[in-house]
Amino acid sequence: MSSIGTGYDLSVTTFSPDGRVFQIEYAAKAVDNSGTVVGIKCKDGIVLGVEKLIASKMMLQGSNRRIHAVHRHSGMAVAGLAADGRQIVARAKSEATNYESVYGEPIPVKELAERVASYVHLCTLYWWLRPFGCGIILGGYDRDGPELYVVEPSGVSYRYFGAAIGKGRQAAKTEIEKLKLSELTCRQGVIEVAKIIYGVHDEAKDKAFELEMSWVCDESNRLHQKVPDDLLEEAKATAKAALEEMDAD
Amino acid sequence: MERGHRGGLKYKGRRDITWQGGGRDDVELSQTQARDITWQGPIKPTASDKITKLTNNVYLCRSGSAADSQIVSDYVRYFLDQHTIQLGQPSTIKVAANLVRLLSYNNKNMLQTGLIIGGWDNFEGRKIFGIPLGRTILELPFAIGGSGSSYLYGFFDQVWKEGMTQEEAEWSRPSLLPSLVIDGASGGVVRTVTINSEGVTRKFYPGDTLPLWHEELEPQNSLLDSLSAPSPDLMVS
Repeated sequence: MSSIGTGYDLSVTTFSPDGRVFQIEYAAKAVDNSGTVVGIKCKDGIVLGVEKLIASKMMLQGSNRRIHAVHRHSGMAVAGLAADGRQIVARAKSEATNYESVYGEPIPVKELAERVASYVHLCTLYWWLRPFGCGIILGGYDRDGPELYVVEPSGVSYRYFGAAIGKGRQAAKTEIEKLKLSELTCRQGVIEVAKIIYGVHDEAKDKAFELEMSWVCDESNRLHQKVPDDLLEEAKATAKAALEEMDAD
Repeated sequence: MERGHRGGLKYKGRRDITWQGGGRDDVELSQTQARDITWQGPIKPTASDKITKLTNNVYLCRSGSAADSQIVSDYVRYFLDQHTIQLGQPSTIKVAANLVRLLSYNNKNMLQTGLIIGGWDNFEGRKIFGIPLGRTILELPFAIGGSGSSYLYGFFDQVWKEGMTQEEAEWSRPSLLPSLVIDGASGGVVRTVTINSEGVTRKFYPGDTLPLWHEELEPQNSLLDSLSAPSPDLMVS
């Protein structure tokens, strides 16, 4: 799967003979080693979910947030190095407020994704900076409707109906493709995302995890917020039940 | 810099009047042209066009110092062009108005201009924003500005109502006459621009096609011409 780029992988400003920049690919590996992050675009909004692997039983529940609000109408979920992610979130927040103060309207999600991607890409251009070791799933609801973007450490950003990054992304993507997203409301989408995350969590390798979810949809008045507790509990219960059903087969 | 030199009175002025035709979903901007007064010479009657295009669907009525309002509109047009390219779709009137407001406000000490922005976009429909001298930004159902507008406040109070169609708004053209006639800095012609979902239409009404207002006299040759003419031919009439 990966080739060792001996000699050509020491700096992000070096290309290999076959045209790859290895440092960026290694940064992407950092994302692949982190907990799964899933985002889907339902017909009335976006749902983001994170499989937050718990390092220690001593950690308070709800700490170490992986989903951040960028603006009233948008939020991003981070996979990979958490500290790098915080830096990107801070930049995204400042881009969003700056846009609004100049243009007088909330930043369109497309524009926000482009700016975040440019910023991530910036750090792949200089030898004295290292690339960000995190992938971002950015979801927002502006006047053009709900939109979902993924920004990779290389600085590319694509728009998706459904996306997953992190450890269990292959399995998660397969599950997402089975869903009929254009018919799902966000309420249903929350349940589905919970099921997916519980499904891809590997009990053997990683012990405990916490499910963190957020949405931005018509029901939340187009504001990015944490999924309400009662819905979250319902989603978790449904997901656990579905898992047991699968195990029972 | 077009400022009158009599005790700070603003000579440069022209009346812009903007209002919305309601049900038909369009915006009509109209304006009497200004007399451009410069430091150098005498009053030159001109038919300058003070309704400036910012984008295909947003227009700006300028009043106050011509140089100032021109520079503001040029900058805003430049920013809006870039913004449209980045967004990939036409920008909204709100964005245009905000850019005008920021430029005016941040350069308050140098600029003297009152502006009215009107347009149509496909998210919010028709909108009018007024940015008077103090640089507040106000979203309004209709707006008037410029030196000649003082004669129209009462008139508009009486006659304007929400939701007029374009046909009803046709009365507006003669309505500009009070300022055309009384205000020294307004007059000559009336220009209108109508903006709606289908596009933009421009009209031009030269002063002599407009009905005479009130006690206005018919234009006639000045009798002084015969007295001061150097040519002896004229004395024989």
